Amino acid sequence: MSDKIIFATYTDEEILKDGAKKLVSKGVKINEVFSPFPIHGIDPIIGIKNTRLGIMAFLYGLTGLTLATIGMRYFMIVDWPMNIGGKPNFSYLENILAFIPISFEFTVLCAAHGMAITYLLRNKTLPGMPAQNPYPTTTDDRFVIEIRLSENKKHSSEEIQTLLKTTGIECLEEKEYVI
Amino acid sequence: MEFSTPNKANKITLALILIGSALAVIGVVIGMGENHFVTRLLTNGLINAFFFFALALGALFFLALQYATETGWYASVKRVIEGIAGFLPYGMGLLGVILLIITFMDGAHIYTWMDPETTNPSSHHYDPIIEGKSPYLNKIFFWIRTIAYLATYIIFWNGFRKRSLEEDRIGGTELHFKNYRKGATFLVFFAVFSSTSAWDWIMSIDVHWFSTLFGWYTFAGMWCSAMTVIVLTTIYLKKLGYLERVNDSHIHDIGKWTFATSFLWSYLFFSQFMLIWYANIGEEVTYYQMRIENFKALYFTMFLINFAFPMLILMSRDAKRNYGVLTFVGIIILIGHWLDVYLMISAGSLGANAKIGLLEIGLLLVCAGLFIRILLTNLSKAPLMPVNHPFLDESVHHEI
Repeated sequence: MSDKIIFATYTDEEILKDGAKKLVSKGVKINEVFSPFPIHGIDPIIGIKNTRLGIMAFLYGLTGLTLATIGMRYFMIVDWPMNIGGKPNFSYLENILAFIPISFEFTVLCAAHGMAITYLLRNKTLPGMPAQNPYPTTTDDRFVIEIRLSENKKHSSEEIQTLLKTTGIECLEEKEYVI
Repeated sequence: MEFSTPNKANKITLALILIGSALAVIGVVIGMGENHFVTRLLTNGLINAFFFFALALGALFFLALQYATETGWYASVKRVIEGIAGFLPYGMGLLGVILLIITFMDGAHIYTWMDPETTNPSSHHYDPIIEGKSPYLNKIFFWIRTIAYLATYIIFWNGFRKRSLEEDRIGGTELHFKNYRKGATFLVFFAVFSSTSAWDWIMSIDVHWFSTLFGWYTFAGMWCSAMTVIVLTTIYLKKLGYLERVNDSHIHDIGKWTFATSFLWSYLFFSQFMLIWYANIGEEVTYYQMRIENFKALYFTMFLINFAFPMLILMSRDAKRNYGVLTFVGIIILIGHWLDVYLMISAGSLGANAKIGLLEIGLLLVCAGLFIRILLTNLSKAPLMPVNHPFLDESVHHEI
């Protein structure tokens, strides 16, 4: 399937935000915005949903807590109970205070690693993967809006381009995109 | 946009004070004949004086922290923080009077080391451990320290307030940098004094017991309750239609502070508790034995309220932006931290005889009413929005 993509370059993120608002109010769907730094307030304008990473963090943390509890109970209570500081390890619950620091650390470890790996996988940015940024200048001092024609069936390419030209852009480019 | 205390709030605080006084008087009449009654009365005075003084001191510390770190976002809630810190002179007065009465009564069984019998080798109350601590724990040095703490706090507070009002008139960055230096200096003093004052005023009640963590533990509780009061006051003012430039992001940020300081408190509680539990040394475990044997339900309820409540309810982003949730959790946390101070002080001074009756509740209501009344009066004394704060623009556009 082939698609056409319009890239509009801006020199300032505030101009880009105003432009994006104008485009969205005219019913144009913006696929992505590229920027050297996070632009505050752009997410709701171009309709990006809140991240669900927090839910995953909770689940990873829960996994870590469970694993730590099962592991420590097996090592310290079931398999080889030891008497540490006059506290024989016969019951997990009675000695739970001693296990809390490790439960906490393992919860944090699993949540942090899980989140980092999920983030990398979801963004397809594992080490050694080709860069996806279509516009190298957006890693420097330019801000780019990406519009896909396949997502904007109601508007023609010319319509979008004339609309973009009224929003204070620096330059405009249309590219062929093959999946 | 001057704030003036609404009539309704005045009526409510007056009602709190009156109902509280009535309950306290009934409590006094009922309890008059009991043993330890004077100790119980003074213990309650100390609990409430310290708790409300600590709210103001926590706010003062937070203000100094913002100055020292040159924070931007807080500029639009700065006057709320100042309003709470403005209770400092009153709290200090209350605490000073109570400590003075206790000193003149030779400790009144609260500070047993103040009793001259305990350091007199021929007396049968002689206590060699107190004798060993007497170079530090004696009335004169205690008062030198107490006056040094209170004087430092009030001098810095007056300076911050004066410069804050002056900034409204003349602006510029000179005052800002002066605040920056003074804020950092205050933090240095506070770092030492928050620990040592907790030892002097509270830890010395359990005079045989000691814990180096105790100062931080008390400080964390103080900070958490101060942040909670900041949240509640900000929400109250928002509901009345003031502070229109404070947005959800500010509320979210103060909510995060409440959440984070609750964790700080829980962390220190646990660190102190677990180390003493694990080491199991006789002279250390007495503190927890006393509290767990006599107040098991109250002690662990207090911990759960101050730890699990904010953790579970305030964890999500939406909860920290919801006024109703924040108000509910805030009030519960405040009660939890009052219980914490109650258990720290009265379980030490009264031991198994401590109880929560009409007297305790009455005095708490009186002090809460006074605190709210003074807080609202303080807020009405200055414009709610600073005019020339250098970071005001950043704060108005705060978005997270």
